Amino acid sequence: MSQFVVGYYALLIGASCVAAYYHKRQAFLLIFSLTLISFIVGIVGGVAPLRFITTAAGALALAAGTSYAFREFLIIISPPNIARELRTAPLTASFGMFVILTYAIAGIFAPIMAPHGEAEVIASAFAPADANMLLGADQLGRDVFSRLVYGARNTVGLALTATLLAFLMGAIGGLLAATKGGFLDQLLGRTADVIMSVPSLIFALLMLSIFGTELWVIVIVVAVIYAPRVFRLTRAVAGNVVVMDYIEAAKLRGEGTGYLIRKEILPNSTAPLIAEFGLEFCFVFLLIAGLSFLGLGIQPPTADWGSMVRENATLISFGDITPLIPAAAIALLTVAVNFVVDWMLYRSSGLKD
Amino acid sequence: MGGIFGLLFKRLGLGVVTLFVVSVLIFFAVELLPGDIAEAVLGQSATQETVQAMREQLGLDRPAPVRYVEWLTGALQGDFGVSLVSGERVSEAITTRFENTLFLAAYAAVIAVPISIVLGIIVALLRNTIFDRVANVVTLTSISSPEFFLGYILILYLAVKTSYFPAIASLSSNMGFFELLHRTFLPALTLVLVVTAHMMRMTRAAIINLLASPYIEMARLKGVPPWKVIVRHALPNAWAPIINVVALNLAYLVTGVVLVEVVFVYPGIGQLLVDAVAKRDFPIVQACCLIFAATFILLNLAADVGAILTNPRLRHPK
Repeated sequence: MSQFVVGYYALLIGASCVAAYYHKRQAFLLIFSLTLISFIVGIVGGVAPLRFITTAAGALALAAGTSYAFREFLIIISPPNIARELRTAPLTASFGMFVILTYAIAGIFAPIMAPHGEAEVIASAFAPADANMLLGADQLGRDVFSRLVYGARNTVGLALTATLLAFLMGAIGGLLAATKGGFLDQLLGRTADVIMSVPSLIFALLMLSIFGTELWVIVIVVAVIYAPRVFRLTRAVAGNVVVMDYIEAAKLRGEGTGYLIRKEILPNSTAPLIAEFGLEFCFVFLLIAGLSFLGLGIQPPTADWGSMVRENATLISFGDITPLIPAAAIALLTVAVNFVVDWMLYRSSGLKD
Repeated sequence: MGGIFGLLFKRLGLGVVTLFVVSVLIFFAVELLPGDIAEAVLGQSATQETVQAMREQLGLDRPAPVRYVEWLTGALQGDFGVSLVSGERVSEAITTRFENTLFLAAYAAVIAVPISIVLGIIVALLRNTIFDRVANVVTLTSISSPEFFLGYILILYLAVKTSYFPAIASLSSNMGFFELLHRTFLPALTLVLVVTAHMMRMTRAAIINLLASPYIEMARLKGVPPWKVIVRHALPNAWAPIINVVALNLAYLVTGVVLVEVVFVYPGIGQLLVDAVAKRDFPIVQACCLIFAATFILLNLAADVGAILTNPRLRHPK
């Protein structure tokens, strides 16, 4: 029994006693079940898993602290009506916003932040990390950290463009289908059905194998694949608005379709659409990451997270975590966006129990 | 009962039509190639004669609709033509690989389905407690991670650092069943992690939806013990959404399998598709796409049919 193990269990048991004494039922249950799990894991795996749990708990505490501070910061700097909303945000949501902000800064200021160029060879292949290179070098001797920062610009930028296009196509189609109805509605609806009945990754592979992997092709293909989701949602949301009396009144006034969509329908269906935008971004981002992992995304030497994983994948068999870093960057952003969307959906669904 | 058969028939018919449209899409997408297959495969350096010879060999001189009908009737009989690169029959390359892929998906499903339904129900019963919150964060994280991220983490910790399982899922024909399970455990586990998270969330949502209905409230108010509320009152009505959730996630497994196969170099149809895309071997690409799309459509169809069969209310659409 090392000091670490004794301290570990003492801390956990002490914390659960304190929680029980102050009748914090939830906290007690959580801490005590962690203690029980630690007993089992400790007996099976020795000290290493316990150290892992400690590190994870520390990281979690750090993340929670950052999110709390960031939420307070946002509440202070934003105007009163937004601040009131932000006060209800769970820590996960503010963590998500913090991560998104970090990525945005990295993407926008990539050339300033990155110590080296994205295609600049500065060391030998797979050189280990040193003072000059935070995360070491990749298979051609390029700085992994710089490529990571540039990847924030390239990968996220590409996903964002594709999402915007998908959203534009889907939303316009959905709004037109809801207002015009009839033949156009049927045509768009059936097209959406067909596109959604093919698995997205398979569809993308088929299209990219035919049209090549130029950037604009990727953007259009991905946008076409994900536009039907937006289309269905917009059509459903707008369909509920279209039957309202004020739409009828506007129609009787002789307003055109453009006016109806812009002034009457859109303002009344923004909340679910914004949440959908976040979800859609996650899908698009994961698809693009998957495609570039398969070698069909942004082509080298441009830095891109998916292809960085593939290029450095051999390092995994030597126990090196370099290929996991860009993959983790992808996962972290998707998680962050999902956290924020989760909060928005929760708010707009009115489930306050 | 005449209504239910009519309804099923209509849904099946719709499935067949969708499959047909998708097959048209897959076939004619390749026709959109700038030039044609022969030019695209042979590239810039090909002479006029070689292009012409290849066109004749592939029968490209005949009109596209004729070739489509031939391709489709061949595909229905399991004949997908000849590979452009290796020259062997596509069906031979596909058959064993398709079995491997189905094995991997089934392996993952057998583990994931019971676990996720039980966990989903537990989390639904514990809703709004701290366990529910933790489960929410964990499942959301798992869903948001790309499959290759989970796959490489598992390789790093279970294959490289501890060597419990092999990192590369190479198969050979003379392996015993348990060795096969051991070899393919990591790819299966990756799929399990992703699918379990999805299924748990969907099961949780379905059960919570159900528990909010008035008859559950009524059962509780008349003093029925909680386990009985679940088993006698909630579960019979929960089967419909649960069957739906399972079928939808099996459909999801079909696509998830592509990335996982590439990560673990698993000899399945997904790996074949990716290789064929890189080599621009269009007959194989078309065949794989058709198989994936057909599986996906059939599972979605199964989800709808299951919903119709288990939920009497759907039999009388208003």
